[in-house]
Amino acid sequence: MSDIKSNAQLDLRGVMCPINFVKTKLKLETLEAGEVLELVLDSGEPIQNVPKSIKEEGHKILEVKKEGEYFRLKIQKG
Amino acid sequence: MTDHFIEDKTTKVNVNLDNVGERVDFNDLKSGGFIKQRQKDLFAVRLRCPGGRMDTKKLVEISKIADKYSKKGVVHFSFRQSLEILYVDYKEFRNIVSELEKIGQKVASCGPRVRVPTACGGCEYNPNGLTDTQGMAAMVDQKFFGTPTPHKFKTSFSGCPIDCARTKEMDFGFQGIVEPVWEDPLCTGCTICSEACKEDAIVSDPDTGKPIFDPKKCIFCGDCIRACPTEAWKPKRYGHIVRIGGKHGRHPMEALEVCTFLPDDKVAEAIEKTVEWYNANGKRGERIGNAIKRVGVQKYLDFMEPVFKHGSPVNYLAPGV
Ligand code: HEM
Ligand code: SF4
Ligand code: SF4
Ligand code: SF4
Repeated sequence: MSDIKSNAQLDLRGVMCPINFVKTKLKLETLEAGEVLELVLDSGEPIQNVPKSIKEEGHKILEVKKEGEYFRLKIQKG
Repeated sequence: MTDHFIEDKTTKVNVNLDNVGERVDFNDLKSGGFIKQRQKDLFAVRLRCPGGRMDTKKLVEISKIADKYSKKGVVHFSFRQSLEILYVDYKEFRNIVSELEKIGQKVASCGPRVRVPTACGGCEYNPNGLTDTQGMAAMVDQKFFGTPTPHKFKTSFSGCPIDCARTKEMDFGFQGIVEPVWEDPLCTGCTICSEACKEDAIVSDPDTGKPIFDPKKCIFCGDCIRACPTEAWKPKRYGHIVRIGGKHGRHPMEALEVCTFLPDDKVAEAIEKTVEWYNANGKRGERIGNAIKRVGVQKYLDFMEPVFKHGSPVNYLAPGV
């Protein structure tokens, strides 16, 4: 899997739904379209909910890596 | 104790008609929707609000009417999503009905007939929604509201298996579902779908991360489709699980599933034919669930075959991976 370069990072481990999504949204707002945000999410509810909300808002999930109890996602702003 | 419902029991209702003359139109009462309160001369007026949806302009006008006619200035949001104007003097029924009519608001009905359908938000704005529950409720209200049946006939529409509109407790309920299909070439093995599936219908292959699907556990919620970043999980078709014979009240009954993946455009036919069956088989005062218990569900299914054949059987399993 290619290592996509990210323009910003956000570690959301321990952050509950839906605050994690709101934080993601705010962070994405600081980026230009096409730029990439790297996100770390807990398994369980966060990984069940945040990716689908990201898709619904028109962003693209480029890469997902499972690292133990959490996931590292690369999201391209839509 | 006197019955506090006005319809079908008019003789028992304790209404003082002296000196009112012709101001009370019993056709208004018979149409239902006027519920005797324990307070003398006062009734609750139940409005017809399919799916609990109302446009804001109308709501403003209804507020004015409610303010004018409710002796206590209160309304109640009913359990079946209608708005009830409380403490209305029966001598003013005519006036309130004509004022409501002017703004296009109808009064609901009670008693042994098809009731106003209830519905959740559905796919229009609810993130989980799979079917247009509000559109369906509006359609059913328009086509079937008030159709006489042996006893009350309550319908509802839920947009997904979370079933907020409680189709399992309805005489006839429709719950949205989606059939997931998976395409291997698009899958990157990220394992999100196995995390997203709350039914353990998907586990990730320990080597590739790709989904191993257990169709027996799938309840057709579509979480995997929404969560998959690469569209490897896709919707194959949408439809309704159809449930019959549920009710609450003193002796609750859980509805039976009688069809899956019934398409939108067969819902009206399903209701029409079920009401026909109910009127032919149900005894007066018998809910359809009890009629089905007595007559046998197979008889009902045979009768419904021309409609239900457009969906899938109850034990249908997605072909899977
Ligand atoms: C003119 C006739 C009737 C009127 C005006 C009436 C009114 C109502 C109202 C206002 C509710 C609450 C619904 C809500 O909050 O949306 C209700 C629920 C209920 N009514 Fe009636 N009712 C009538 C006839 C009957 C009869 C004859 C029975 C029983 C034999 C009955 C049994 C129930 C039950 C069990 C519920 C609650 C559970 C459910 O929704 O199935 N009702 N009714
Ligand atoms: S039943 Fe599903 S679609 Fe309807 S409100 Fe509940 S969660 Fe949303
Ligand atoms: S549709 Fe089936 S497999 Fe997909 S998330 Fe829902 S239950 Fe799991
Ligand atoms: S979420 Fe999609 S890409 Fe990820 S493992 Fe499941 S099917 Fe494959």
